[in-house]
Amino acid sequence: MQLRILCLAAVAGLFVTACDRPGKGGDDASTASIANPFPSTYTPYPSQTLLITNATVIDGAGGLIEKGSVLIEDGRIKGVGTDLKAPTGAATIDAAGKWVTPGIIDNHSHLGAYPSPGVDSHGDGNEISGPVTAEVWVEHSVWPQDPGFTRALAGGITSLQILPGSANLFGGRGVTLKNVPARSVQAMKFPGAPYTLKMACGENPKRVYGYGNASTPGGAPYSRMGNVAGYRDAWIKATEYKKDWDRFNAGGGSEPKRDLELETLAGVLNGEILVHMHCYRADEMAQIIDISKEFGYKVTAFHHAVESYKIADKLAEYGACSSMWADWWGFKMEAYDGIRENIPLVHNAGACAIVHSDSDIGIQRLNQEAAKAWADGKRMGIDIPIEVAWQWLSLNPAKSLGVDDKTGSLEPGKMADVVIWSGNPFSSYTKAEKVYVDGALMFDRDDPASQPVMDFELGQPGEGDRK
Amino acid sequence: MIRRMMISLAVLVAAPVALAQSVVVYGEKVWTGTSQGTLENGVVVVENGRITSVGTAPARVPAGALEVRAEWVTPGLISAFSRTGLAEVSGVDDTNDGGAGKSAFSAALNAADGFNPDATPIAVTRLEGFTRLAVAPEAASKLFGGQGFLADTTGLDGSIFKERAFTYVVLGESGASLSGGSRPAAWASLRGAFDDVRFFGARYMSHNDGNVLTRMDAQALMPAVRGEQLILFQASRASDLNAIMDFQEENPSLKVAIVGADEGWRVAKRLAALEIPVIVDAFSNLPASFSQLAATSENAKRLAEAGVTVAIVHLENDSHQARLATQVAGNAVANGMPFDIAMKALTSAPAQIFGMTDLGVLAPGGRADVVAWDGDPLEVTSAPIAVYIDGESQPMVSRQTKLRDRYRTLDESERPMAFKR
Repeated sequence: MQLRILCLAAVAGLFVTACDRPGKGGDDASTASIANPFPSTYTPYPSQTLLITNATVIDGAGGLIEKGSVLIEDGRIKGVGTDLKAPTGAATIDAAGKWVTPGIIDNHSHLGAYPSPGVDSHGDGNEISGPVTAEVWVEHSVWPQDPGFTRALAGGITSLQILPGSANLFGGRGVTLKNVPARSVQAMKFPGAPYTLKMACGENPKRVYGYGNASTPGGAPYSRMGNVAGYRDAWIKATEYKKDWDRFNAGGGSEPKRDLELETLAGVLNGEILVHMHCYRADEMAQIIDISKEFGYKVTAFHHAVESYKIADKLAEYGACSSMWADWWGFKMEAYDGIRENIPLVHNAGACAIVHSDSDIGIQRLNQEAAKAWADGKRMGIDIPIEVAWQWLSLNPAKSLGVDDKTGSLEPGKMADVVIWSGNPFSSYTKAEKVYVDGALMFDRDDPASQPVMDFELGQPGEGDRK
Repeated sequence: MIRRMMISLAVLVAAPVALAQSVVVYGEKVWTGTSQGTLENGVVVVENGRITSVGTAPARVPAGALEVRAEWVTPGLISAFSRTGLAEVSGVDDTNDGGAGKSAFSAALNAADGFNPDATPIAVTRLEGFTRLAVAPEAASKLFGGQGFLADTTGLDGSIFKERAFTYVVLGESGASLSGGSRPAAWASLRGAFDDVRFFGARYMSHNDGNVLTRMDAQALMPAVRGEQLILFQASRASDLNAIMDFQEENPSLKVAIVGADEGWRVAKRLAALEIPVIVDAFSNLPASFSQLAATSENAKRLAEAGVTVAIVHLENDSHQARLATQVAGNAVANGMPFDIAMKALTSAPAQIFGMTDLGVLAPGGRADVVAWDGDPLEVTSAPIAVYIDGESQPMVSRQTKLRDRYRTLDESERPMAFKR
């Protein structure tokens, strides 16, 4: 009976961890349960013991090693250094002139949910039926055959967060994936990654709802103050919902009715679901921070955050990451104050900076986006070592997704998510040559047999071409 | 009083002369775009708005010349396709003059009427080394978008140097949609419009409407139909490109160029034989639509290899981000395009496509659009340190740099940020 109650509580998002691992001795995260009804079925593909030598190694934790080696064993990082020896039977790659880095993690992608080709029938990224749709989970929209995943892989992306769109105040749950081709999204789900919740500030919710997509009057919200009322209303309901389940779990009263929307919000209030919030303007981020304090949750990352540079000190103090473009600006009013130095200014203030794409094109070269920001920072006198700037691409996004204990740097024991680059990855001319996910070679630029081709591309012009 | 007025008049008259200062630009590398190639320790001398010499150090330094030293020196870059200056905030309709979905007119829409030299994207684009722009209207009401123009990026009155430089026409999926829903409808519109122009006298004698075009639209399309003006088609699918080439063969006097052309590599030989230049975004490598199934990041390289004149652009957010064409070109190099050809795709190729004479190269006698860089211009880590347009030094300031400088430090202990300028 006690176990049953725990699991029901987990339904409410209150004890997800407890129910995911029901105490039979093993990690049972792959077993479908009410708490985890769409479990990850991802298992690493076979890999060999591999020693990469003579490379310039960025370890992802802030270190750079010239003529460095990386040893991969059982799909994990075994060691990084200058004096590693190849175990018997290990493959070796002499990577002289090349660079090795942790795989890039994009924490803002819509691949699969807005896949290629971008026909109307594929437009599954926004459940715009209402301003609060915390009940939807974007994984249910992800088409694993999106050719965009393979292009991202060729750009060194080894993990990524797929988010619902930003039409809604609460857009629904995001999902973190390993970037491996698969027949189902479950087979891409990053094992053990926490769920996330997409929220949105500003123009999009009020435009889509209040203005009913340009025909006024629509519904609410109609204004930024309407947005804030919408968030607070929902958090009040979630707080009540959580109370009901807390009371029930403490042994009192009848079992509350499940509510998909409030389960997700209660999961946030429990600290088990991480909030990723689309927010451009500095003043709005400052207000969202207050709302999070009012209801006792935390914003893990502000996304787009084109004005983070205006409040970088406050973001550092609060402890939210900013997930940013290098240079997008001007396409809408709230993006008008975008500047090229946003990322280095945020970093320089001691806040967590992340380079994100929000684009099936941008995701293919996030290293270059980081390079632009890094160079612009340098030009204004913010001199950040390249190996420190690399944290914008791997470790910081891993932190924002709650998987930094598993990936995001080349530290022993972590997943061997590794990229070998043809040269310095902060150059326009450099390409990812080999991309390993959990030690398995998933992309090899020099070997067409190691370049995935999605179902959609078979039998079409350009099948198997260099992309 | 009269005397004072005369003095200020004298100052006004003198001002342009004073600005056209002589400049000597030294570059560890000078990419000329001519048979001179890339000069090591090169020198470019600018006098009276023209380049007077391009060679290696030491050079003759005109009296009073400003001397600039840079890692790289290139011609001013030319954006071959954008909406720069037509929109201040692209998503705010009031500020966006790119397209007019509800207009009764199409080919007659003159994008130059929407150009604002004060638009902030102009300085932002100039700061990245672009000195000239080919600006196209959007096709929003019919497949005829209207009349594109050529401008410099000084942000001054008179920066448009050629109005009605080309007619912009969209085909493919967009053209189909704007014509009623199919490619056959688009081609019927195009052919019908050509007939309207050819039989202009008879057709518009007693009324204002032709088969497809209003009288004004037909008049505006006339130079293009007569082969006196470039027609810039937008299309991507190989079959659409072939249809354009069929049309060009049926109408051999037409001057045709194509923007988009994601599947251009598949018909590259024919494009080369017909001498049809293309303007491509070399980032495009996804089957973003069923018209781009064979898109590949090697498109630009393969087209150039086949002998096609290729200009490289960045088509995303084209009112604000034309500047990213340098990154696109660098990536084209990473995908096999020779550096020289990628540089030409940002300079002499667009100059050739749009007939911009004396621009796009560093050559004696040419107009002095010169950019001094702190590194290889196609590297994402490089930026210009100085930009000259017709020999005049351009301010290296934009609204973005002002925001940056205001928020460089966040100290508000004495006064609010709003007092920092």
